[in-house]
Amino acid sequence: MLTFRCPCCGIDACETELAPGGEAHLKRFGPGSSDDEFEGYLFLRPNVRGVHFERWRHAMGCGKWFLAARCTATLEVFGTYPAQVSAPPPDILAAIRAKRPDWSLT
Amino acid sequence: MSDATVSALKGAEARGLVTLRDAGLTGMVTLRADLATAARAVKRVTGADMPGLRRITQGQGCRVAWMSPDEILILCEHATARKLAFDLTEALTGQHHLALDVSDARAMMALTGEPGPLRDVLAKITPADIAALPLGEMRRTRLQQVAGAIWFETETEARVICFRSVATYVFDLLAMSAREGGAIGYH
Repeated sequence: MLTFRCPCCGIDACETELAPGGEAHLKRFGPGSSDDEFEGYLFLRPNVRGVHFERWRHAMGCGKWFLAARCTATLEVFGTYPAQVSAPPPDILAAIRAKRPDWSLT
Repeated sequence: MSDATVSALKGAEARGLVTLRDAGLTGMVTLRADLATAARAVKRVTGADMPGLRRITQGQGCRVAWMSPDEILILCEHATARKLAFDLTEALTGQHHLALDVSDARAMMALTGEPGPLRDVLAKITPADIAALPLGEMRRTRLQQVAGAIWFETETEARVICFRSVATYVFDLLAMSAREGGAIGYH
């Protein structure tokens, strides 16, 4: 069972209070992009085993979206942060590196 | 169609480990706005200070509960809700906001009983940490399959609100959780 601290309301929310939103920090390819770019944006995900950035919505609570960094293999949560950013903030990256020295943001 | 002049639960009551009853028609006004800039208008209309994170503040004949970073819920007399929403709209003219009377879209119920069993009955139906829920704080959470909110008026009385359409489900759920023989003695 995953527990995320919602950065919007401060609640330690159980996974069942949340709605998953897939991978975070996707770059959108919309009108004018090539078919390959659009396919990649829409369907192709690395599905990593290890450190993963995700979107979640506190659906049964404050209703807000937020982002989370966790490990898909151990379910360890490194931290959560507001959704209004296009890349993981430094404190989250530091928290991940403290636990996973070999990891790098690709 | 629902009859909006009666509460969704029509005065239902259930007794067990705690006493569960329909709290009756309750005025509820939802306000979505930038809470920091709306604070003055809310104070003028309700008499209540803008609540901090998850808190409930007392106003004149009403209470204001924090719902999300851009939403508050004002609990008042059912008859005054429509005027309150109108007054808020007036007071917030020129500011991006939405003030709406949602009284008849919701249902409220009250649970009374000994502090321990009261928290046990609630803890059985939600993943929220009921033991850590202080007085004067509203906890929006999941009540089994549906969304709802819980807060404690006193250590011996709790309130639950949910959408009108699922009122019977939540009432039956709480009644089952409070059934004699289901004591767990955790809290």
